[in-house]
Amino acid sequence: MPTLLRIALAATLFMPAAASLAEPVPDTLAQRALACTGCHGKQGRAAPDGYYPRLAGKPARYLHHQLLNFRDGRRDYGLMSELVAPLSDAYLKELAGYFASLDLPYPPPQPATLPAPELARAEQLILQGDAGRQLPACTACHGERLTGTQPAVPGLLGLSRDYLNGQLGAWRSGQRRAHAPDCMARIAKTLTDADIHALTQYLAAQPMPADPHPADALAAPAPMRCGGLTP
Amino acid sequence: MKRLLVPLMALTALAGLAAMAAWGLLAWQRGLSDATPPAALSAAAPASVARGAYLAAIGNCAGCHTARGGAALAGGRPIPTPFGTVFSSNLTPDAAGLGGWSADDFWGALHFGRSRDGRLLVPAHPLTNTTLVTREDADALHAWLQAQPPQPAPRRAHELRWPFGTQLALAAWRALNFRPGVYQPDPTHDATWNRGAYLSQGLAHCSACHARRDALAGDGGPADFRGGLLTGLGWVAPSLLDPAEAGVQRWPADDVQRLLRDGHANGHSAQGPMAEVVLGSTAALNDADLAAMTAYLQALPVQAVTRPTGADPAPRRRERGAALYRDHCAACHGAQGEGRLDASGAQAYPALAGSRMVTQASPANLLRVIERGGFGPATPGHPRPYGMPPFAGVLDAQDLAALASHLRESFGHHAGEVDTVEVLRWRAATTRR
Repeated sequence: MPTLLRIALAATLFMPAAASLAEPVPDTLAQRALACTGCHGKQGRAAPDGYYPRLAGKPARYLHHQLLNFRDGRRDYGLMSELVAPLSDAYLKELAGYFASLDLPYPPPQPATLPAPELARAEQLILQGDAGRQLPACTACHGERLTGTQPAVPGLLGLSRDYLNGQLGAWRSGQRRAHAPDCMARIAKTLTDADIHALTQYLAAQPMPADPHPADALAAPAPMRCGGLTP
Repeated sequence: MKRLLVPLMALTALAGLAAMAAWGLLAWQRGLSDATPPAALSAAAPASVARGAYLAAIGNCAGCHTARGGAALAGGRPIPTPFGTVFSSNLTPDAAGLGGWSADDFWGALHFGRSRDGRLLVPAHPLTNTTLVTREDADALHAWLQAQPPQPAPRRAHELRWPFGTQLALAAWRALNFRPGVYQPDPTHDATWNRGAYLSQGLAHCSACHARRDALAGDGGPADFRGGLLTGLGWVAPSLLDPAEAGVQRWPADDVQRLLRDGHANGHSAQGPMAEVVLGSTAALNDADLAAMTAYLQALPVQAVTRPTGADPAPRRRERGAALYRDHCAACHGAQGEGRLDASGAQAYPALAGSRMVTQASPANLLRVIERGGFGPATPGHPRPYGMPPFAGVLDAQDLAALASHLRESFGHHAGEVDTVEVLRWRAATTRR
């Protein structure tokens, strides 16, 4: 085959590649977040297996803190830690802000299977806490509607039972941590197995309120000093 | 009785000889010395501290000597090795670290690989590289380290299997692999090349990952860039000598510089441990040093790696891989593996056709990236990289083998197939999950 023809043939081989490059990748955070939504579900609505939590609509600073916690080892999940390890604070903040800005419908609640008295006990803990054990009410920080509080406290509704159990367990074992003072670690370590079982049954069974957004601010000063609440 | 006495005496003599040999080996290694220049008088001068900061960045001291989320340079990071886990030491001027260390003490560690008390350092500290550092640079590093805030983080004992952590084993390793000596310029090359060689072989310790190590972690010295598996990490540091692996001999110099500085160049990006190196070290290189390192890397001799014969060809496996590619990969990497560009014309998602990560002799990095995804480093020159999601929960070992085989035998590649056994073997070599 003459050399020129070979070159021409070789050139055409590379042509289709060049042609399909025509449509550029959108320069958006949504496009960049596709690296996250493979696990966290479409637009960060949570994965169907219940283990990768919803990201959409959570308070921005909460999400940013979690990304830093994974990067710096206060939370430990190899895949997450490795993904965020080479990224800058500024970029992680942008990604957190993107997911926080999404306003998407929530999945239906998971019907509870516990007897009513157990669920009533959970409700009591959530709304009143337990002064005898120095447990504040969940609502004191996570909002009266339990949908979280801006800018740094996540909601407790719209999450699967498995995920909630997993997180409280991780807090007890020290696998999940926050900046000191780590108030959730103290709370989780005070709760009994039965408490956690009842709480997560109750929380996962609640329908989202009419306004599912996080509250604008804490209604009163937080009952405990929490590192996660600092900027 | 008499009949027993002779063998007993022989045994005692032998044991005595062995003990003397061991003592001799230890004494030799602990007492290593050479024509060391004395500490520079101006070591504590501010200029020296600033210079030390720059050198510490090139050396990425903080990369190993900082625990994840811990105080800078306070040590405690676990370093996986084939012989167990080594914990990095505290470099801050605390009593638990380098508090009270003189410039001579520090020189002993950097140049002779021994601690202030004479203890031999484990070679996870890249002593074959740091011994090349000049006295002036060592003093500047010392001055900078002593100017850091002290952190009271206690030293954590290494967890090495017996006998690898013993002083005798370390002395034996050193007798085979370590000769102290400052970098000697090669008169057959110019000053730029020599500066690049000094940095690459010395402080930047490229060979700590890119050398090929034998079963006892011996390597071919600080200019050994033949490539090897990083134990416990599941990554391969590819050969810098082979342009089909990670050699840059045939790249435009500008691409090499951008890869080292920005972590991204022309569809190539630094991944995993190399992303860490870019962020912790090469991004800090000044223009002259960046050019010098580039010149040195581009002038490395070309030497092809031996390629293992791949798995037996299995058309069904490749068909399955092609289907997986269409479902999971083509949207970003293109139907023909051509990749996708962003609006500025830069490669947003890399082309897999012609990708060296796809066709490298070892499929380890390809498997690693498919399974665990990843971003290239976010650097000032490339602050918002696009990323790849992990497919760990989606693709099992058989799928990984199928997809890797498809990629290695498509788009004009003939890199060899990967079977499930190899994927499982690769996973087993990755202790940190």
